[in-house]
Order: sequence, then C-alpha cells, then structure tokens
Amino acid sequence: MINFVMPDLYPASAEIFILVMACVLLLVDLFAGKGRRWLAYLMAQLTLAGCFGITFVTMDGQGVTTFSNMFVDDLFADFLKLALYPAVAIMLVYSRAYLAARNLDRGEFYLLVLFATLGMMVMISASHFVTVYLGLELLALSMYALVAIDRDSVRATEAAMKYFVLGSMASGLLLYGMSMVYGAIGSLEIAEMGQRIALGGGNKTVLVFGLIFVVAGLAFKLGVVPFHMWVPDVYHGAPTAVTLLLGSAPKLAAFAITLRVLVTGLAELAEHWQVMLMILAALSIALGNLAAIAQRNLKRMLAYSAISHMGFMLLGVLSGIVGGDPRFTLNAYSSAMFYAIAYVLMSLGAFGMILLLSRAGFEAEEIDDFRGLNRRSPWFAAIMMILMFSMAGVPFFVGFFAKFAVLQAVVAANQIWLAVFAVLFSLIGAFYYLRVVKVMYFDAPTDTAPLEAPRDMRILLSVNGLAVAFLGLLPEGVLKYAIYATYTFLLGS
Amino acid sequence: MSGLPLLSLAIWLPIVGGLLVLATGSDRNAGLARPLALVVAVAGFLVTLPLYIGFDPTTSDMQFTELRQWIPRFNIHYSLGVDGISVLFILLNSFITPLVVLAGWKVIGEKVAQYMAAFLIMSGLMNGIFSALDAMLFYVFFEASLIPMYIIIGAWGGPNRVYAAFKFFLYTLLGSLLMLVALIWLFFQSGFSFSLLDWHAMKIPLSAQIWLFLAFLVAFAVKVPMWPVHTWLPDAHVEAPTGGSVVLAAIMLKLGAYGFLRFSLPIAPDASRELAWLMIALSLIAVVYIGFVALVQSDMKKLIAYSSISHMGFVTLGFFIFNQLGVEGALVQMISHGFVSGAMFLCVGVLYDRVHSRQIADYGGVVHTMPKFAAFMVLFAMANSGLPATSGFVGEFMVILGAVKHDFWIGFAAAITLILGAAYTLWMVKRVLFGAVANHHVAELADINAREFVILGILALCVLGMGLYPLPFTEVMHASVDHLLKHVAVPKL
Repeated sequence: MINFVMPDLYPASAEIFILVMACVLLLVDLFAGKGRRWLAYLMAQLTLAGCFGITFVTMDGQGVTTFSNMFVDDLFADFLKLALYPAVAIMLVYSRAYLAARNLDRGEFYLLVLFATLGMMVMISASHFVTVYLGLELLALSMYALVAIDRDSVRATEAAMKYFVLGSMASGLLLYGMSMVYGAIGSLEIAEMGQRIALGGGNKTVLVFGLIFVVAGLAFKLGVVPFHMWVPDVYHGAPTAVTLLLGSAPKLAAFAITLRVLVTGLAELAEHWQVMLMILAALSIALGNLAAIAQRNLKRMLAYSAISHMGFMLLGVLSGIVGGDPRFTLNAYSSAMFYAIAYVLMSLGAFGMILLLSRAGFEAEEIDDFRGLNRRSPWFAAIMMILMFSMAGVPFFVGFFAKFAVLQAVVAANQIWLAVFAVLFSLIGAFYYLRVVKVMYFDAPTDTAPLEAPRDMRILLSVNGLAVAFLGLLPEGVLKYAIYATYTFLLGS
Repeated sequence: MSGLPLLSLAIWLPIVGGLLVLATGSDRNAGLARPLALVVAVAGFLVTLPLYIGFDPTTSDMQFTELRQWIPRFNIHYSLGVDGISVLFILLNSFITPLVVLAGWKVIGEKVAQYMAAFLIMSGLMNGIFSALDAMLFYVFFEASLIPMYIIIGAWGGPNRVYAAFKFFLYTLLGSLLMLVALIWLFFQSGFSFSLLDWHAMKIPLSAQIWLFLAFLVAFAVKVPMWPVHTWLPDAHVEAPTGGSVVLAAIMLKLGAYGFLRFSLPIAPDASRELAWLMIALSLIAVVYIGFVALVQSDMKKLIAYSSISHMGFVTLGFFIFNQLGVEGALVQMISHGFVSGAMFLCVGVLYDRVHSRQIADYGGVVHTMPKFAAFMVLFAMANSGLPATSGFVGEFMVILGAVKHDFWIGFAAAITLILGAAYTLWMVKRVLFGAVANHHVAELADINAREFVILGILALCVLGMGLYPLPFTEVMHASVDHLLKHVAVPKL
C-alpha cells in the first residue's frame, strides 16, 4: 500500500491562489462577451493584489519547505515575490490601452500573464531541480505564446519562433546539465546537493561538466552574451506590452534561480562558475553597450541595454565567494538583488514610455519618435530623462546606487580591473542613453499628436519615474530589504 | 554659530527653488519664471553670506558642519562642512548665479523656466560639491552637476551644440567613473568609511598612492581642464549660451582644482610630491602652449576659453610647488578668474546678442557706438592679462613668487604668461573695440542697457576691489592652507 501524506499547502498558498484564479479567469472569459473585456483585466489585477496580500500575510522569518522539499518559502522568496507582483501589475496598467487599440486585450492575454507569473513564482521558490525546470518551462511556454499573441504580425511570429527554438535548446542544455549533476551526486534537491558536494561527494569532472550546461541554460534565460541572440529580436518583434513583461519581472525570477542553483547547490564549485560568470558578464557588458550604440530602434536599444545590465548584475553574483571565503556573500548577493530590483523598476518605466507614446496604428518605438518630447509634454520628457540617466548610472537616480552597490562588491572581491572594465563600458553606455535625452530636449518634434494615454497609466508612469528619483535620494530602504532577503537565503543554504 | 543648517540651505534652497521655477511651466508664464528665479538666486546668495561673516579664520577645522546618516548600508553620511579653502567657492558660486539669471533675462525667449531652473539646480549641486565631506556625497553632486550643464549646452547652445554637449558629458564622466573605483577602493582600505577626514589621516603605501593619484588626476584634470585633456572646453564654451559659459568658466572649472586640494594632495601626499614634476610640466605646457594657441583664435569665446585653460594651468602650478604663496595664489587666482572670465564671457554675450557673431573679424570700432561697454571690456581685459590693481594680478603674482621660490626657471616660464596673456587679450580688445567702425552692424549697435550695466558693474567692482584689497580673501584661507601644506609635507606611507 502506498503511504500518501498530504503535503503542507500553506507555504504555497499564493501559487495555489493564482492557479485557481487563472482557471476561473479562463471560465469567466468564456462567458463574458466582447463588451466585457475589462472583466479579465480586473480579475488579473485583483488576483495579483490577492497574491500580494497572501504572500505578505503568510510571510515569516523561517524558511519552510514543502512538497517533499521541492518547494521553499523563505524571506528571500517572499521579498522577490513582493517585488514581482507589482511589476506585473504595473505592466498590465501600462499595456491596457495599447492592447485595446490593437484588439489584443483578450482573455487569453491575461490568462497567459497569470501563468507566466505563476511560473516565475515557482522559479523563485524552487528548491529542487525539477521545480526549477517546471517554473522555467511554465514561464517560457507562456512567454512564447505571448510573443506571438498578435497573430497577424509577421515580425512577432518570427520573434516567437526564434524565441521558441532557442529557448527550447536552452531548456535542453539546462536539463542535460542537471542530469549530469544528478548522475554525479544522486540528488536533485538543491540544498542536499550542496551538502553532499561539500562532503566530497560526486566526481568533480562530471560535476563541472554538468555545471557548464547548467550555467549555459541559466545564461540563456538571463540573456547574457554569448547566449543573447534571441534578446534583441524578441524584444523588437514582440508587441511592446509583451516586451515590457519580458524585460522586467522575469529578471527577478532568473536572478532567484541563479542564486539558488549556483549558491545553494553548487557553492563548492564556485571557483569554476565564477570564472564562467566573469566571462559572461564581461562579454555582456562590452557587447551590450557597444551594440546598443548602433540601434535606431528604442526597443532594440533597450534590449542590448538589458544584456549589459544583466552582465552587470552577474558581476555582483560572481563577487560573493573569494577564494573559497564566503565572508563577502551577503554584501555581494544583496547588491546583485538590489541591482535586479532597480533594473526592473527602470525597465518598466522605459518600456512604459514607449507604450505612452504609442497609439492606434502607431508604434513609438524608434528613438526618433521621441523627438522634441520636451515640447509636447515636458513632464513625461522629464520622466524619461530620469529613467535614461538612471539607466546610465548617473546620480541622484537609483541606477547609480545599483551600479555603485555592484561595483563595491566587485572591488571588495579584489577584482579592481574588472570594476575598471565595467565602468569604462558604462561610459560607452552613457552615450546611447544621452542620445535619447538629446532627441527629447535638443530636437524639434516631428510628431505633434497629443498624448492619448489614459489617466491611470499617466499617473502610474509618473510615480514610476519619481520612484526612480526618490530611491536615488534615499535608497536605504530597498538596500536593507535586499540585505534581509539575502541573509535569510544564506542562512538556508 | 547660528543653529540654521546654512550649508544645507545653500544647497537645497536653489534646488527646491529651481523645481518651483520649473513648475511655472510653459513660456506663457515666463513673466513669472524670471522674477521667481531671480528671487531664488538672490536668496541663495544671501544664505551663504553668514558663512563668510561667521567664519572663523583662525582655525583650519571644518566649520558649519552637519552630519547625518544617509545610507547606513554603505556607511555613507550626509556630511557637510567648509574650511578656508571651500567657503569662498560657495560664496562665489552663489554670487554668480543671480548674475547668470539676469544675463539670461531677455536673451532666453524659449523654455525660460527650464533654463532658469537648470542654472538654479546646478548652483545648488555645486554648493554641494564644495561642502561635501563624505566622498560619496561629493561624488554624487559632482556627477549630478553634469546633467543640467548637458541640457543647458544642448538645448540653448549654438549650431554645434549637440556635439559639444556630448563631448562635455562623456569627457567628464570618463574621469569621474575612474575616480569612483578609487573611492570604493579607499572605502575598503579605510575600514568602511567614506569620510574624507578619515581618509586624510589614513596611511597608504606609495604604490597605492600613485594609483589613487592617477585616478584622481584623470577625474580632476579633465574638469580643470589640464593639457592634454582640455579639448572639450573650447567646444563647450563656444556652443554654450552665455550663462552656460559663465558658470562653466567661473565655477565648474574650479571643481577640478578644488578636487586636487580636497582629494589628491591630502589623501595621496607622497604620490603628490613624487609626481609633482608631472603636474608642474603639464601646468607649464598649459600656461605657455595654450597661451600661444589663444593668440591665434579668431572666435572670441574660443579665445577666452583657451585663456581659461592657460589661467587654470597657473592654478595647478600653484598647488604643486607646495608653498604657501603658491597655494594661496592659486586659490586667489581661482576666485579672480571666476570674476574675470565670467565677465569676459558676459561681454562677448553682450556683443553676440546684438550682432549674432563671435568672430573677431566681424567687429571693429565698437568703442564708437558702445562707449560704456568698451570701458567695462577694457577693464576686464586688463584684469585678464594680470594688470596690477586688478584681481588678476594678485593671484598670478603670488603664484609666480611662489614658483620662483621653488625653482627660478619654473617661475620664469610661468611669468611668460604675463606677456602672452596681455598679448592675446589686448590684441583681441584692440581688434574688437578700437579702430574705425568696421561695418554697418557695428555702426547700428546700441550701448548696454541698465540690466547689463548692473551685471558688468558689479563684476567690475569685484575685480577692482579684490585687486586693491585682497586681504578679506586671503585671510580666510590662511589657516586651512597652512594646515594642508603641513599635512602634505609629512609622509604617510
């Protein structure tokens, strides 16, 4: 007779809630007519709000695992999820008018967004290779469909195809690497894996061989060089609303699994994966910043900028363990986490600005579409200026402190030349952000149509931009939040 | 000492006032924006007066200090204070701002509120640079001040403004980013402190000092600017609107020189002595070679820009001969240059507003149509070439005396500037002001109006006052300079 124990569902209540709500949304959407499209939007927003509430209420200091140690609910996960829901909710607000104007605001859009969110939540809470993979695939499959949601757009279809083919390959790489690690160590559970390797278990050669594939798979999901090929095309091809989703919240989830897999599971192999990450980071910072200069399309430019930002974030991840000494981990990983959160905030705003300027039949995705924005709308020109300077890492904006946090972690790890390399390339990066400011402030407008965006979006986008400025003046709160989260994460590892 | 946080007021009053001016919105309210900006600028100046009145010149300690935690995560403090070296620059900066607001009164007809706000915000940021005692606080002000200047040059500048604005921004950012790495390194070496005074007392091995010195050198040499990284300045000056040129020459160039006194000399004194030959050589090249370059300019603004570089060479020369006369002379020269170069740029601005040309060849015989203006311009030209009884003489004379004391031939080479300075300035004045009336543009010129008279008159009083009775300026800096030189003389390996 099989002895079946009901798993503790409490730690996963937010996940269960969002899953149930997604199914309800599917049903409701079936019966709601064309005129009630707002219903799906509202339900999606309420679901996210509900998730926020559940995660907030069930949050406690201890890490709890459930589902036979496949799922972990610790402060690290809770904090990242609490950043994740607002990011998705903001994305929904920004996208609404854009989707409506293109007849894309169907129920399945919201359904897919909720499933993607569930995938990210599972990734964040994954404590087992199978859970990592499940979350990743749920996110990826939803994203493939979302990229292609505008069925008549050749560009979007092509982007989805490219994303799908390369994404599947990356999943394959990751699975292959995981199977290698499993072969060497005999466990898929991340924490146990870490303990067994620490006790000298497993064949190092096989482990490192597996590690290479795991890192390659993660690098693809993060979109860092040389696994970045999909990023510009997919960012460019996807409807901007989907690009907004793609470019923001999943970075948090990818950051989470990177830490969980590499630090909790494979910390003993740090000397190996740190070198790999260093190569990935350096290449990303260099190529991302150089290639962004040549772009005329803002979405492509932001895609390359995303590559370089992810490279920068990896700098924080690789500075944690110095010669086997784990004293710097808290400093380094919390800096990387701060960077990820700051980046998501800036990225939401920047893509939000594209959505703001877009209208029915017109995509404001070329840099030239921002020409003379200062004359059309000084307020939103200022918001965009804040976002661009923040991305370039100029104070007093949050992007500066994000860069600063990571750089100090790199210097603490005694990698001064790496820090010099990174700042020199962020100088090159400053050039293309400045160009956006230039077209807004120094050029005369070519498009004089008034902005049409609805009020809720305008307000939220303003708040988003001001938050970037405010967190640049007083970053302590979020920095502390990252410290707490990382601290509990490290306690659990 | 009064209980008011005077330095915070000096920083934030112009910034908040600038935001208020910005809030007046479109050019329909320009009639409100202008007087409001003037009120803020004058108030900004008035709050700095108690800094001078209440200043205790007998001590080299920091005065009017304010200390508050800002980002405890990185032990960054909101730490302000002034000594005899910095207090004068805060006054100079706050004094120039109302003049700049007045100078742009009529000339700027477009985006008035933004123009005025940019200057006010920049003024506050620069006060922050001069009063910051925390390295990161200094750094964020230092970098943030690039943003308003970038916008000023790019939005209200001449035909080649975009190129000049980018060159200005990227050049200065290059320098400051390398400094950032140096600051982070010092943070770890000093046991997690960003306090400048801690760093002054810290022992550092010579090889590290040399690296630090070089990192600071890149940052500050670009800003001063020293030969051979000076090329951004003529471009920026020529393209910037008059007000931009004035602030650039009068205040922004001083930031680099001030950085040498606050960072390079006290943090790396041994490296400073070790590399003094390099600094002296670069300074002399600036003084002599750039003097010759100025001689052949056909554009008035370019000529004054090169003259600025040459004069700033004097300043850096004064710092690195390590005697009281040299350093004090350099400081006096900085203040005087603030008045004189500002006035010279205003004079060119007066002509440019009327004729819309900066070419020397387009003028001739201006004295016949603008006698009052010509009187002012001759006075400032005399001060620029270092005529006794003007402020230009005091500093140059002190530096030359100091240099002769250090080494006769260095003093001799530096003294060449007196001839060159007279040659290029007076030759320009001769070609522009004197001779027969050159063309109908000049023949139709109207003399300066009351507003211009007031601006130039105030500056003329300053130039003469400082030239005749420099004691109020030098007595303030005495104790601090003395302390600095004693500090630099003691090895701290």
